[in-house]
Amino acid sequence: MADETPVPDLSDLPEAVANTKKRSSLQLVWIVPIVAALIGAWLAVQAFIERGPTVTIKFKTAEGLEAGKTKIKYKEVDIGLVTEVVLGEDRKTIVATAELRKQAESFLVEDTRFWVVRPRIAGGQVSGLGTLLSGSYVGIDLGKATQSRRRFKGLETAPIVTGDRPGRQVVLRADELGSLEIGSPVYFRRLQVGEVIGFKLARDGTGVSFRIFVRAPYDRFVTAGSRFWNASGVDVALDAAGFRVQTQSLTSILLGGIAFQTPPDVQPGPPSEPNTEFTLFANQGEAFEHPDTVAETYLLLFDESVRGLSVGAAVDFRGLVIGEVSAIGLDIDPAKMEIRSPVEIRIYPDRLRARLLSLVSPARDPIEGIRRYIDRGLRGQLRSGNLLTGQRYVALDFFPNAPKITLDTTHAPLRIPTVPGAFEELQTMLGNIVSQLERVPFERIGDDVHRVLVRLDPVLQAVDKLVKDLGTGIAPELHATLGQARQTLATAEHGLLAADAPVQTDLRETLREVRRATEALRNLSDFLERHPESLIRGKQDGRP
Amino acid sequence: MRAIGAARVGLLACHACDLLHRSIADTDASMCRRCGARLHPRKPDSVARTSALLISAYVLYIPANVLPVMETGSLFGAQTDTIMSGVVFLFVTGSWPLAALIFFASIVVPLSKLSALTVLTVSVHRRATWAPGWRARLFRIVAFIGRWSMVDIFVAAILAALVQFQTLATIRAGPGAIAFGAVVVLTMFAAETFDPRLIWDPIEERRG
Repeated sequence: MADETPVPDLSDLPEAVANTKKRSSLQLVWIVPIVAALIGAWLAVQAFIERGPTVTIKFKTAEGLEAGKTKIKYKEVDIGLVTEVVLGEDRKTIVATAELRKQAESFLVEDTRFWVVRPRIAGGQVSGLGTLLSGSYVGIDLGKATQSRRRFKGLETAPIVTGDRPGRQVVLRADELGSLEIGSPVYFRRLQVGEVIGFKLARDGTGVSFRIFVRAPYDRFVTAGSRFWNASGVDVALDAAGFRVQTQSLTSILLGGIAFQTPPDVQPGPPSEPNTEFTLFANQGEAFEHPDTVAETYLLLFDESVRGLSVGAAVDFRGLVIGEVSAIGLDIDPAKMEIRSPVEIRIYPDRLRARLLSLVSPARDPIEGIRRYIDRGLRGQLRSGNLLTGQRYVALDFFPNAPKITLDTTHAPLRIPTVPGAFEELQTMLGNIVSQLERVPFERIGDDVHRVLVRLDPVLQAVDKLVKDLGTGIAPELHATLGQARQTLATAEHGLLAADAPVQTDLRETLREVRRATEALRNLSDFLERHPESLIRGKQDGRP
Repeated sequence: MRAIGAARVGLLACHACDLLHRSIADTDASMCRRCGARLHPRKPDSVARTSALLISAYVLYIPANVLPVMETGSLFGAQTDTIMSGVVFLFVTGSWPLAALIFFASIVVPLSKLSALTVLTVSVHRRATWAPGWRARLFRIVAFIGRWSMVDIFVAAILAALVQFQTLATIRAGPGAIAFGAVVVLTMFAAETFDPRLIWDPIEERRG
């Protein structure tokens, strides 16, 4: 074996065999870049087509917003991404720029709302807890307007009612806010059917208007006859009817709430239009007391104290509450200089009519009607509803014995004459008796009696002395005289019994004398009895 | 010493059985006498194929970097990452060695591979004669690096397979990963179709 491989003769080498199968001249490798280009182009076109609109949203704070991270979600579906967060030109707001998906194009209309979803605990509900871990995102509520928009002002808190929730909004008017707040529940027969979604002060500051949302299907119970009342907290009422406590639910005690219902004696009517205005009453009783019909106002002038009567006190007709006191005042009658208390009452005739079994209309003209009633003795009277609390109410009733009064139709409102209250009447009568008694001059009578008695005292003493004198002076004398007479009679018995005897005659004379003497004595004693003073003063002239 | 290539002296070796042949007139349409394999002095249409694959790689390089390679879903929200955003995230969060590694493997390497192959193809196409030794070395490096620029794809693939805790956390490979993988594969093919012998041909020609 040689160390070096001999260099072969190149010409010895075999020749390559010609390949009969021709290679295709088409270079298939170019398909690869074409496919790649197609893919790339498709991706580019898709990206271009899917490139959605860009919106700017103003927020008060950028809390939770992060450029490139914070998403815009509708129903928890990503529809966009916040790409930029910068300070606004006014340095009070921040402006978030967001890119939305193509499909979100139609979402961006005038009344579309954006807000930052953060963990929130309010109105008894906890929301956005998921954002504690995942970070905030921007929520969107789709508007219904048709006009497109790209610049929005974000809400600070999530709206309670979003456009996709079926239901109806109702506007309520109230005097004050009470303990209601956004998110306070709305109850229908103690079932939570909605929430308070907003409130604002009336422009002139005379009240508060609430906007509430009633979910479907309960929204059809909101009818023209519905009454709304504030069901917040515990409703403790102390009035002529006594002490009442009413509440809706534990939540409403803590958070306040609104309840609505159609009073049983009111026709429900068809469901009301959205955004219908209702009055928000302070409590259920008040709400149910007010039928929608126009109330009739009357004035009652009371001469007595209206203590215990309050605005809102019941107006009662034979036990049925047909109205309420709307105002209490104090008035002076310039002609008579009398101070009276005018009490304005509102009467709801429908309530009375609803109770009437046979619907009779007493008179077409209400003035004529009330005149007839007053002719029959309709009077107003203050009555004590609750002796314990002293609450009083106005009673309307017929007093046939009341003095006739003709209705003065010149006044507006019409005046219903009044009669004093039953208790008041008793009081007046007692007062009269006392005042008559007071007119008796007890003091003078007493003085007179005293004087007479003082004067009578010496008289009586004199009589006493006279009687004593009679015992010691006159009686023994009389006794002696009588003894003498007896002696004389004894002598006469012996011989002087003859009728015509002188002794007899003398005796007769003497007896006559004696009779006269005794007569005189009787007269004297009679006189003395009648005029004892004559013992002292002597006999007055013209006296026997 | 005279440097001369086999083709230059009319010789052809079979790629399959190494049998030497004398070339015939139509070199591209010849077969091995012994084993029947196709014979060609240079890889057929090397420049064209390489350029086609390179162009494809370039086209796909754009979505590879724009589209997300990884979609991470967890309790803390969903997140999609492109290659660059992943690098930035790692860098910002302090793991800069990892960021550097990913940056090197996923951005520097593919880019330099693409540009190296472009330089090689263009220079060969234009029959350039400059620095053939340097270019040959460049090609060797490119061929060697090959699959190692797939680190990003490997990471995404492994994570996607491992992290599947349903609601807690899931990781999915995004469309960018496919494009990126395609770029890497295409550059590998491009390196494969490139014939480094073409570097030397114009030099031999020039020498006569």
